[in-house]
Amino acid sequence: MTRWGMVIDLDRCTGCTACEVACKSENNIATVSPEQADLGRAVSWMKVVAEVSGDFPNTTMQFLPRPCMHCDNPPCVKVCPVAATYLGADGIVGQIYARCIGCRYCANACPYTVKYFNWFAPEFPDSEREHLNPDVSVRPKGVIEKCTFCHHRLQKAREEARAEDRELAEDDYQPACAEICPTSAIVFGDLDNPLHRVHTQKRDPRAMRLMEELGTEPKVYYLAPRA
Amino acid sequence: MRQAVAAKLSRLPPDEQNLLMPLVETTPRFYLAAGVLGVVVLWGIFAYYLQVRYGLGRTGLNRPEYWGIYIIDFVFFIGISHAGTLISAILRISQAEWRRAITRSAEFITVLVLGYGAIQPIIDLGRPDRVLNVLFHAQWRSPLLWDVMSIGLYLTASTVYLYIPMIPDLAIIRDAGIKAPRFYRFLAAGYQDTPAQRARLERTIGILAIVVIPIAVSVHTIIGWIFAMTLRPMWHSTIFGPYFVMGAIYSGIAAILIAMVILRRVYRLQDYFKPVHFDYMGRLLLLFSLLWFYFTFAEYLTAFYGAEPAEMRTFWAKLAGPFAVPFWLMVLGCFIIPLALMSRRSMRTPRGTLMAGIAVVIGMWLERFNIVVPTSVNPRWEMESLGHYLPSWVELSIMAATFAGFVLLYMIATKFFPIISIWEIKEGREKVTEVKERIAAYTGEYAAVNPDTAEMIAGYTGEYPALRKKRP
Repeated sequence: MTRWGMVIDLDRCTGCTACEVACKSENNIATVSPEQADLGRAVSWMKVVAEVSGDFPNTTMQFLPRPCMHCDNPPCVKVCPVAATYLGADGIVGQIYARCIGCRYCANACPYTVKYFNWFAPEFPDSEREHLNPDVSVRPKGVIEKCTFCHHRLQKAREEARAEDRELAEDDYQPACAEICPTSAIVFGDLDNPLHRVHTQKRDPRAMRLMEELGTEPKVYYLAPRA
Repeated sequence: MRQAVAAKLSRLPPDEQNLLMPLVETTPRFYLAAGVLGVVVLWGIFAYYLQVRYGLGRTGLNRPEYWGIYIIDFVFFIGISHAGTLISAILRISQAEWRRAITRSAEFITVLVLGYGAIQPIIDLGRPDRVLNVLFHAQWRSPLLWDVMSIGLYLTASTVYLYIPMIPDLAIIRDAGIKAPRFYRFLAAGYQDTPAQRARLERTIGILAIVVIPIAVSVHTIIGWIFAMTLRPMWHSTIFGPYFVMGAIYSGIAAILIAMVILRRVYRLQDYFKPVHFDYMGRLLLLFSLLWFYFTFAEYLTAFYGAEPAEMRTFWAKLAGPFAVPFWLMVLGCFIIPLALMSRRSMRTPRGTLMAGIAVVIGMWLERFNIVVPTSVNPRWEMESLGHYLPSWVELSIMAATFAGFVLLYMIATKFFPIISIWEIKEGREKVTEVKERIAAYTGEYAAVNPDTAEMIAGYTGEYPALRKKRP
């Protein structure tokens, strides 16, 4: 059984936010005005969270790229009254935009606050409009959206592998953030497949998951910084 | 009032004359108040149009403050709705004689406010056009779906529970022929007050009163569970179910008291809402203010003692942080004011209970605010910056319209249905001897002649009230 997951090495992350940009471009994420962003309405499926620790001048800055955790026991799926958010057979937590009623219960239930709401109809600058990704639907106003591990890429890769009559390899399917990461901090693959890098990396002594104590079983692992 | 109707009314016994007067006589002040409320409602509908047209961005909601005024009002209104059914059912079952004048007005609050509560989550939806998906794609693990079911059941049960005990009164109106004959002939459903019909009616009411209690308890328990089932700090608590039920009854009693004082004044019902009613309801309010303190104290002490960091962020945000003002105002309104007022007999009067009732209603709204907002803006994952929430004029307009709409509908209801149960009042007068005997059965013969007891019973059943003078 495939269980798509991610291992993010925090020692390698430089906080360049290329993953954020790649994600927004890949997934047709609408832009919001600076005023709306200040209100807390910016959408960023992948978000590089920065944490400053220590007192000046002995401060250190830590970066933590935060996609959807694609929990094996997702709190958002349980509470959705219309099953618009669901756990797929391949372990990806999806969102059916055409069914979502916009009650935002899932957004409240998610301990990682990774679910985003479309407060208005989506807007794109003219320069971006021509470059929208035809593989990803643009979300209407009033529904929840979230990171899908670039699920459309999986569908494409799966079809191609099937056409060529071979197994799906790790390189065939990579989400935009993992693909773009210049330091290879983000590694993506099948957590249950020994041929994939994530299979060994998730067993690294540095490996941990966010709020593991909640029992949500996230499929995004972090390799804790050494120092 | 037309002459013919006045003549018909004057042929009725005094209780009927007093209690049916609002149905046939409407003052200019009524139209003025209804007009003002109607304008507020229209304004709210306009605000909602903007919200549907442009999106929920017209509210002050954001990430992580996903739920705001609408969900607060939802919990608040459904809470108020426990007034009626629960109180009147409990008082009926326990054969509290003094209930007779109160039940109808309380049951009307229940049914009307329940509708306004039930539409709040729909107003809150990003896609109200897809609301029927909760039926087409029902996902049974969601507490929101349990809620749809329990509120639907409650609305049905409480409407039936309002209607059935009203049938004899509807028959009285039909027979008096003072208003819309076809309408009342239809509603009275052929009721002729024969002994067999009366027995069947009372049996049905008895069953309904018992059935409606677990339904009412389940409704607000499940609303509490909507929050408690998530892993959010200060929501994920087993006390939420019972805490919400207790708070619901509390705000319900306060709402009944406010309605009683206003009805008593505008429809001159002093002979029906007597001092003893305000005294007893005031005592109930006092009891619930203490219960409120107990539940609140238990909830906060448990969170504080465990001192889980995620919980403590919300905890301190309420007690000494950005939400300190709504928090301590809530304590003032829900505990200090009602306790101070209602523990004194001299304050358990219409005026005193009105003050306490208003304090409790405001306090309970703030309690719902303090449950929804501080937890929302303090997500469990603290690496995100803290949220903030300022309701927009659209949200406030819709809130004003909901309150105005409820009062308006309640006013209109008093023009079509007697707001005090005529037949139950009359039955009470007929049953004075029986009640005396019942009391004698558990207190001994002495009580039957005990002047205090006799006086007490006379206090709420009493002689026929003098006819109120007609307005000049």
